[in-house]
Amino acid sequence: MDKHRLARVSTWLAISAGAFLVLAYSACSPSAPPGSGRAGGSSDAAIAAQRTYVAPGDLDEYYMFSSGGHSGNIYVYGLPSMRHLSTIPVFTPYPATGYGFDDESKAMLGDKLTWGDAHHPALSETGGDYDGRWLFINEMNGRVARIDLRDFKTKQIYGPVPNISGNHGSSFLTPNTEYIMMASRFSIPIPKGSYAPIDKYATEYKGVIAALKVDPQSGNMDLAFQILMPPLDYDIGDSGKVASDGWMFYTSYNSERATGPLEVTASQRDRDYIAAVNWRAAAEAAARGEGDMIGGVRVIDPAKVPGLVYLMPCGKSPHGVDVSPDGKYIIGSGKLQGVTTAFNFEKVQTAIRNKDFEGDEDGIPVLTYESIKDAEVEVGLGPLHTQFGPDGMAYTSLFVDSAIASWRIGEWKVIDKVPVSYAVGHLAAAEGDTVSPDGNFLVSLNKLSHGRHLSVGPSQPESSQLIDIGEEKMKLLYDAFTEPEPHYAQIVKADKIHPIEVYPKEENTHPLAVWDLKDTGVTRVGNRVTAKVIAVRSTLTPTAIEVTEGDIVTIAVTNIEQTTDELHGFALLDYNINLVVDPGETKQVTFVAKMGVYPYYCTNFCSALHQEMQGYLIVKPR
Amino acid sequence: MPPILERTARRLHRPVGGWPRLCFLLAAILVVTAHFLPLWNLTMFAPQYPDALRLDIFDHALVGGNGGQDLKEINLLNHYIGMRDLAIEDFTEFQWMPFALGGLALLFVRAVVFGTLKEFVDASVMFVYFGAFSLWSFGYKLYRYGHDLAPTAAVRVDGFTPPMFGHKAIANFDVYSYPQAGTYAMLGAILLVGTGLWMAWRAEDDVGTGVST
Repeated sequence: MDKHRLARVSTWLAISAGAFLVLAYSACSPSAPPGSGRAGGSSDAAIAAQRTYVAPGDLDEYYMFSSGGHSGNIYVYGLPSMRHLSTIPVFTPYPATGYGFDDESKAMLGDKLTWGDAHHPALSETGGDYDGRWLFINEMNGRVARIDLRDFKTKQIYGPVPNISGNHGSSFLTPNTEYIMMASRFSIPIPKGSYAPIDKYATEYKGVIAALKVDPQSGNMDLAFQILMPPLDYDIGDSGKVASDGWMFYTSYNSERATGPLEVTASQRDRDYIAAVNWRAAAEAAARGEGDMIGGVRVIDPAKVPGLVYLMPCGKSPHGVDVSPDGKYIIGSGKLQGVTTAFNFEKVQTAIRNKDFEGDEDGIPVLTYESIKDAEVEVGLGPLHTQFGPDGMAYTSLFVDSAIASWRIGEWKVIDKVPVSYAVGHLAAAEGDTVSPDGNFLVSLNKLSHGRHLSVGPSQPESSQLIDIGEEKMKLLYDAFTEPEPHYAQIVKADKIHPIEVYPKEENTHPLAVWDLKDTGVTRVGNRVTAKVIAVRSTLTPTAIEVTEGDIVTIAVTNIEQTTDELHGFALLDYNINLVVDPGETKQVTFVAKMGVYPYYCTNFCSALHQEMQGYLIVKPR
Repeated sequence: MPPILERTARRLHRPVGGWPRLCFLLAAILVVTAHFLPLWNLTMFAPQYPDALRLDIFDHALVGGNGGQDLKEINLLNHYIGMRDLAIEDFTEFQWMPFALGGLALLFVRAVVFGTLKEFVDASVMFVYFGAFSLWSFGYKLYRYGHDLAPTAAVRVDGFTPPMFGHKAIANFDVYSYPQAGTYAMLGAILLVGTGLWMAWRAEDDVGTGVST
């Protein structure tokens, strides 16, 4: 073969190979089906815009309180606009509101933990309905915080609670806010701090369910009792209501009691458990003095006090467990399965009465699955969490399918499905976990957003999608990119919350508060110096504070404004001091003076002469 | 004595009828009522005060809207232009006005009881004088507060007089100033006094004609 012929053949070969590759490529990669891929769910723009548009100056219909996950915050959104209204810092300092910089909030946060993984916000309830008083939020290091909805401020952080390890299963309230329940996700040898080798996991490690008592007047939380549980991983809870009032339900995984790579080792059995806890009976047992003191806490062993805990077999590795508004059904699903199970509370009670058990775990009876279930609803892949609407409507999130299925209690058939983008975890329906859900709106709290937004680099935001559930056909309305990480949220009608807008002067009981410029100034006792400062447009009085090196200085700033939105800041440069004082509030900070001259100024823009609102801390040599 | 003066003097001592007395009695009641009602109101709108700042002026007090907060806010804003605080203790009016109103009411009652035209004229003249003086005093106070501005003020503005009646734009504020129920009660009293006086005078006229014939 001459060179030319060879070249011609090569060219033909190259062309045919290329053509083959093109054919092969088109055969092997069909274009994405409609409604899938990066486009994800879409909506009718005109309908969606009308339904969600809140004109300038108009107000939203609902508040949504969304957990901020490991940001340690609560994020407040307005619905249906999905606008971010406010951030409530809880478990971590938040310079924007000065949280964690003044003496009081610094003491509340403590100095051991500077973060918290917040999961499940819980609005206080009366008769199973939101009463608009408090919002509770748990975090994984065994703590629960209380936010007062009168001023949207964190008022108490309780814990870390002894024996609890990995407080994921919280903060779930009983229907009259009698108790907040907590549970261990990661069983450990108890009391916390004691040792047992990992190969003794199945016998020496223990799960714990704890109840915090809530003072009905102040909302103050205090540890009431704990229940000793087998070493499973307790995940999510929901309290019984109406028909099932007095009970608490907790999902768990790892009934294998396995260690190592749990994604495999804890997925061997077909069923895990929902623990049904008779909290009222447990409270009575604790009052009788049952149980033992472990780690300084009364811990009741349900094997020794029968009737407190029963295990309901459920599809493996369940996440959410949700009690229907009438309290008659308990909805739980194995998150690796395609069905969700509706358990009938009445049948649960009958099975308990008849001792219809199929085994036990450490002396805790396991009820017979077939005897207590009413139906398995074929919702789709990866059912995680169910929320409710009026008229028996239920909405189940499908993590694997990236969709939400709607169905009706009693009919047990899927009515509609809406794709969401993407990988939905929890759902929040308007008042969807109360005794009287509103319907109207459902929010899909998605784990992945996969670029349905202007790119902001690899650290992509989470997404929360608003869905219209006003009619049987669900309609996607709006994509919001919510602050990380929305594990769970609650949506409450706006007219149930009545916040104040300034702190009334009469209510200020701070011992260092002053209201008249004449009363400001610096006093000294030994090396302790107290400066009473007034912040009012546009001066921080006094404008100079003179102290001596090494003095222990307390600066108390009173914002004497009674006008809404007239916040003042007090930042002291080079001292890591950053206060924000709301109208009518006094905040104090204590520090040791170091030599030099340090400016302080108002950080929170207040007035035309805000920039001039400044002064000096003048520290003389000793 | 010229006959006209003699006639007038005689007339002044004639007793008046029931209707004029009733008018004066009602006027006395209205004057007392005015004490309990706001006399004047200033309402100030600005972009950042969509609900307005409101100030009610009584004969004995200044009352800010929003539970008194608006007065504090007005003072706070005015300090930027070097205006003195509107403080109740700085207004002598608030001491003498209730006293004067009470005095007027007593004068009216005196006229009703003694019932000669002389008392009616006395009371009417005092009332008109009081009303005119009060209005002047109010206007003068507005002028002084708007002109006695501290020379060291952060924001230097030319002296100004807030509106006494109607609308005026002052910097970023739209200021509306209107009389309130108390002033309307006083106006009602003026009408009653005028009517009463007129009726009394006319009645005297008839009586006088009768005597002269």
